[in-house]
Amino acid sequence: MLAKRIIACLDVRDGQVVKGVKFEGLRSAGDPSALARRYNVEGIDELVILDVTATLEKRLAMARTVRAVASELFIPLSVGGGIRDADDAAAVVEAGADKVSLNSAALADPGLITRLATQYGSQAVIVAIDAKREGDHYAVYSRSGTTAAARDAVEWAREAESRGAGEILLTSIDRDGTKSGFDCEMTAAVSTAVNIPVIASGGAGSFDDFVDVFTTGRADAALAASIFHYSEKSVTGLKEHLRRHAIPVRL
Amino acid sequence: MIALVDYGAGNLTSVRKAFSHLGASVYTPASPADLAPATAVVVPGVGHFSATRSLTPEWHTAIRAGLAAGRPLLGICVGMQWLYEGSTEAPDCPGLGVVPGQCTRLTGGPTRLKVPHVGWNTLEAPKDSHLLRGLGGHSSVYFTHSFAGPVNAATAAVTEYGGERFAAAVEDGLAMGLQFHPEKSSDAGLTILGNFLERVAALAAVSR
Repeated sequence: MLAKRIIACLDVRDGQVVKGVKFEGLRSAGDPSALARRYNVEGIDELVILDVTATLEKRLAMARTVRAVASELFIPLSVGGGIRDADDAAAVVEAGADKVSLNSAALADPGLITRLATQYGSQAVIVAIDAKREGDHYAVYSRSGTTAAARDAVEWAREAESRGAGEILLTSIDRDGTKSGFDCEMTAAVSTAVNIPVIASGGAGSFDDFVDVFTTGRADAALAASIFHYSEKSVTGLKEHLRRHAIPVRL
Repeated sequence: MIALVDYGAGNLTSVRKAFSHLGASVYTPASPADLAPATAVVVPGVGHFSATRSLTPEWHTAIRAGLAAGRPLLGICVGMQWLYEGSTEAPDCPGLGVVPGQCTRLTGGPTRLKVPHVGWNTLEAPKDSHLLRGLGGHSSVYFTHSFAGPVNAATAAVTEYGGERFAAAVEDGLAMGLQFHPEKSSDAGLTILGNFLERVAALAAVSR
């Protein structure tokens, strides 16, 4: 049976893992390679490296960090943050990324999704959508949550799929870093609208939050950062909890 | 030396890295003639089956001749699909045909699961093959694909998705294939690649 994936996100700035609350107030959580090794031993299914400040500071995600993390890791590795064009994508792919995650660049130039899918295959292209509730819909924001993109998250996810995206990484800006649970309604709305996997992100605070997002949220995978970084909760413990709730996981 | 065939179907960094990690030396042949020094041939690949069109009849001939001469072949993902006669994804594009049957699109089954099939799934009752030796009864490996090959006599392991069963691994003599990505399948994947390299080394020792 296909397992629900647990993905750890390393938000990296200047080569160090940081994590903020609602995209602000970053505090350090350590060396990305060391964290990646720990998660791998604990049985994480996948890793994402996000250069959280790259878009704002116009920097390319650090190939050196990617290479260091990828060197002894044999699980899927995605890299996002500041990937503006095919050259940026090529740099992280050459450094060892299996998937590139596009956010602001895809909004600015949706054709980039297709170009990268043609070059590397759809399985290598994630479109990351940062969204927050506004009335009865979910509004997409770009540039690390600072700029309204004047798009609806469900519509944008559908368009990304039709343009060749292989997965959607959906982050709730409202819940990010708050540990108040995933936005299951938003996740279900997007996940049922597309035929590609949706990775839920933003708000993980307890093991039961993951149970909720895999059931009512209809998520194919769930991503978390702070819940794992400070060793508050172990990946193994989470998976055992999910299994007790009849959710298929890789143990 | 392992010949890793680069025919433009995606990025080979991860496959190369996994083989290097296991101590194998890997090179990329520029033409079928460059296969001569290879102790084994690996055909990776992601994306669309039509990419295998770059594997011209000359590649087919050289790879088949290698198999006949005792040189193992490993296809990964689209590279495994290419071992079949073809795929409905690109009907005009012939596969190598060392495994019978056509690859077809996954349906997602009656519950209409999503296609592509992405993530970790289990190998059911893997046959006691060279490739899968030492794996537990329900090893998890990482898949990402929309098409798959039918289960038949060459099948070494089956995986189920939405009630549909497809060949997750094939092994017929020296022709071997993996629908999943061993280079992304953690310890289980490294065990499988290690088994492949062990077999390659044993055959190379015999032929010397």
